[in-house]
Amino acid sequence: MPLIKLELEELPALYDPEAALQPDAPLINEEHGSNICNYHCVRTGDITEGEEDADLVIERSFNTSRVEHAYLEPECGLAHFRPDGVMEVIGSMQHPFSTRRFVASTLSLSLKDVEVKTVPMGGGFGGKDDTAALVCARAALCAYLVKRPVKLVYSREMSMRESYKRHPYTMQYRMGLKRDGHITFVKVRMVADGGAYCSVTPWVTWRSTVQCCGCYMVPNVHCDVYGVYTNNVFTGAFRGFGSPQVNFAIEQLVEIAAQELGMDELDFRRLNMVKQGSTTITNQVLDTHTVSLQEVMDKVLSEIDYETKRKNCSYGDPAMDKWYGIGLAISYRGMSLGAEGTDFNSAIVNVQPDGSVLIETGVHENGQGSESAMILIAAEELGLDVKRIRYRMPSTSNIPDGGTTVASRGTLLGGGATTNACRILKGIISEVLEKQYGKKASSFVDGNILDENGELICAWEEAIRLCYNKQVYPYAFGVFQAPRVSWDEETGHGDAYFTWVYAAQAVELEVDAKTGNVKLLNIVAAHDVGKAINPELVKGQFYGGMAMGAGYGLLEEVPLKAGTPIPTNYHQYRVFRATDLPEMTAIIVENPDPTSPSKAKGIGEPTLEITAPAIANAIYRATGARYYDQPIKVRRPRP
Amino acid sequence: MITVNGLEHHIPETLYETKLSTWLREDLALTGTKIACDIGVCGSCTVLIDGEAKRSCKLYLKDVLGTQITTIEGIAGEDGTLHPLQQAFIDAGAIQCGFCTPGMVLSALALLMINHHPTRSEIRQALKGNICRCTGYQQIIDAVEMAAKHMYP
Repeated sequence: MPLIKLELEELPALYDPEAALQPDAPLINEEHGSNICNYHCVRTGDITEGEEDADLVIERSFNTSRVEHAYLEPECGLAHFRPDGVMEVIGSMQHPFSTRRFVASTLSLSLKDVEVKTVPMGGGFGGKDDTAALVCARAALCAYLVKRPVKLVYSREMSMRESYKRHPYTMQYRMGLKRDGHITFVKVRMVADGGAYCSVTPWVTWRSTVQCCGCYMVPNVHCDVYGVYTNNVFTGAFRGFGSPQVNFAIEQLVEIAAQELGMDELDFRRLNMVKQGSTTITNQVLDTHTVSLQEVMDKVLSEIDYETKRKNCSYGDPAMDKWYGIGLAISYRGMSLGAEGTDFNSAIVNVQPDGSVLIETGVHENGQGSESAMILIAAEELGLDVKRIRYRMPSTSNIPDGGTTVASRGTLLGGGATTNACRILKGIISEVLEKQYGKKASSFVDGNILDENGELICAWEEAIRLCYNKQVYPYAFGVFQAPRVSWDEETGHGDAYFTWVYAAQAVELEVDAKTGNVKLLNIVAAHDVGKAINPELVKGQFYGGMAMGAGYGLLEEVPLKAGTPIPTNYHQYRVFRATDLPEMTAIIVENPDPTSPSKAKGIGEPTLEITAPAIANAIYRATGARYYDQPIKVRRPRP
Repeated sequence: MITVNGLEHHIPETLYETKLSTWLREDLALTGTKIACDIGVCGSCTVLIDGEAKRSCKLYLKDVLGTQITTIEGIAGEDGTLHPLQQAFIDAGAIQCGFCTPGMVLSALALLMINHHPTRSEIRQALKGNICRCTGYQQIIDAVEMAAKHMYP
């Protein structure tokens, strides 16, 4: 062995993104040429005009923290180099296709020589994309070298240390207001700590840019967003993806604005919120779907009896031991990837000779119930009992790359592809039936195929037998391509997302006036999901998102020491337990989306993105104090 | 001797220092017992030991000699019919990723054996040691209530 002599020089570390932005700061990734990982902006209207028009200007800064996904199943990968020369991998991952790419690149194999088979995953929440793919690639490298199957399982300690976290943000807002309550301008600067490597920082911060004014119409906007390299643990995708941070700020800011104007915060929201046909701050006209913001807000207000209970709030009354507060937050959210990247997905519907059906899509089962959603969509489209349909766990060697199962796009994109595949399949079957019986198939219902007059042509099984007899495969490949989106990096204008969802949540809580402890009493949420494919699991997304959002508001953060996470396991990184959470109410709102073949939109992320600001607003009404840092730690109000 | 799901296992002294969770998963292939924290704070590895819910990652085989252990694989009927609690978890939509589910079901079962009609807050207390990151617990509480009504009408 040749002798290696190492000479190491410790460079000054940059833990503060603002310090990393200084012109004389050492470069963290020299090849990138700057510590600015990415920059996005919005320039709408004329900010000077907005300033001149304003009767009142408010300024506030907000800070949010790093958060751990804390999925229960740690990362793992099982790799087996098959005798046919294919590296086969299964593992706990959210994106089989990026795992395939990582494995192929590690081993210098082409994509056809790596097969990633998916298995249900023990929770991801955005966290099992790049890190999880790396774990699988390492297992594959070991399997390749030792010529034996290799399983690599992370301990919780490894998982918490290596995995990326949610981006911490600092946000400085300046908002101009007319006496009548209209917002005249918003000027905002955001800095997101991307850590030492670039995962998806450009895209997380892009969503923050598009949604920088929340769900409000603002004629003049000047927004600058920086993703910055530091020497901290890197940050990446996490359920919400750049919106929880912004909503924590904006949904408090609108209430501060209303208060300074002496206006009811609900009236202020109603006046400024986007409505049917409104133009967003990026010049997108919201006219391709139902804009239901007012509807979801009214449903929540009525269910929780907001206006009555608001009168009972304590505002830090010194005569009381327990302070009561109620708070609201609302949002809109662009669905799926938007102008982030290519956005399409496919499905295979493969009917077997006995009439049973195998379906497969480019969507991954993360625990959210994508398999059952796809089965339900196919069952409805084909008029079959769900028991006749099996979801075949997808393999990267069988279904085309459908992108990653993130951005609340699984049901929307995979469901769209499934719907389209079923429609193609019905066309194939109909053609065979027409040749045989001279009748046009019009509907597929309860295992039967009916003509235009509702008369039975034949049963499903018979139609399938006929297809095979006539040498026609009852097999279809369907694709859903997201409608066109656009984005101009110079102006920050464009049709950022092809459709949007609307949400409202309200929280009741109690603050102990002596200790500052916060007890959640009630959470109510209404979300427009387009169409609820599996209502029980849709509700599950509500409750799970609210629980995670409440943790984000009150509890969760990953402190660092020299850039490295201090918490190593659940004893130091606390998440909410059954006793920490109140009973919650889920109100499903359905306005079928014309741009979605299945009429469904998404629900995974919106449920998380407004719980923390609703809590912040409730804490304000309980204590009389505003908290600008997440998680909120109520300072002991009395000595 | 340790009895697991009704089957007796002789334990040689060489295994005394093996963690119960490791032994169940790796020697008996009972992988329904999950390991998420491995330090006894998340409840994923919960099993019933003489009817009490315990964390198997905190126990060594020497600690459980002579006991009756039930894992998630041991609660369904012999014909494969799901235990009413398992069925209730499905019916209530209480399962998302499923990683906490075995521990949740067994903690809930330990509760229902001593308290046939628990209140929602008693159910929350009993499941306090089990972390779920997906569901917000709401439908898990629903499932336990539903199962209690079915098991002890």
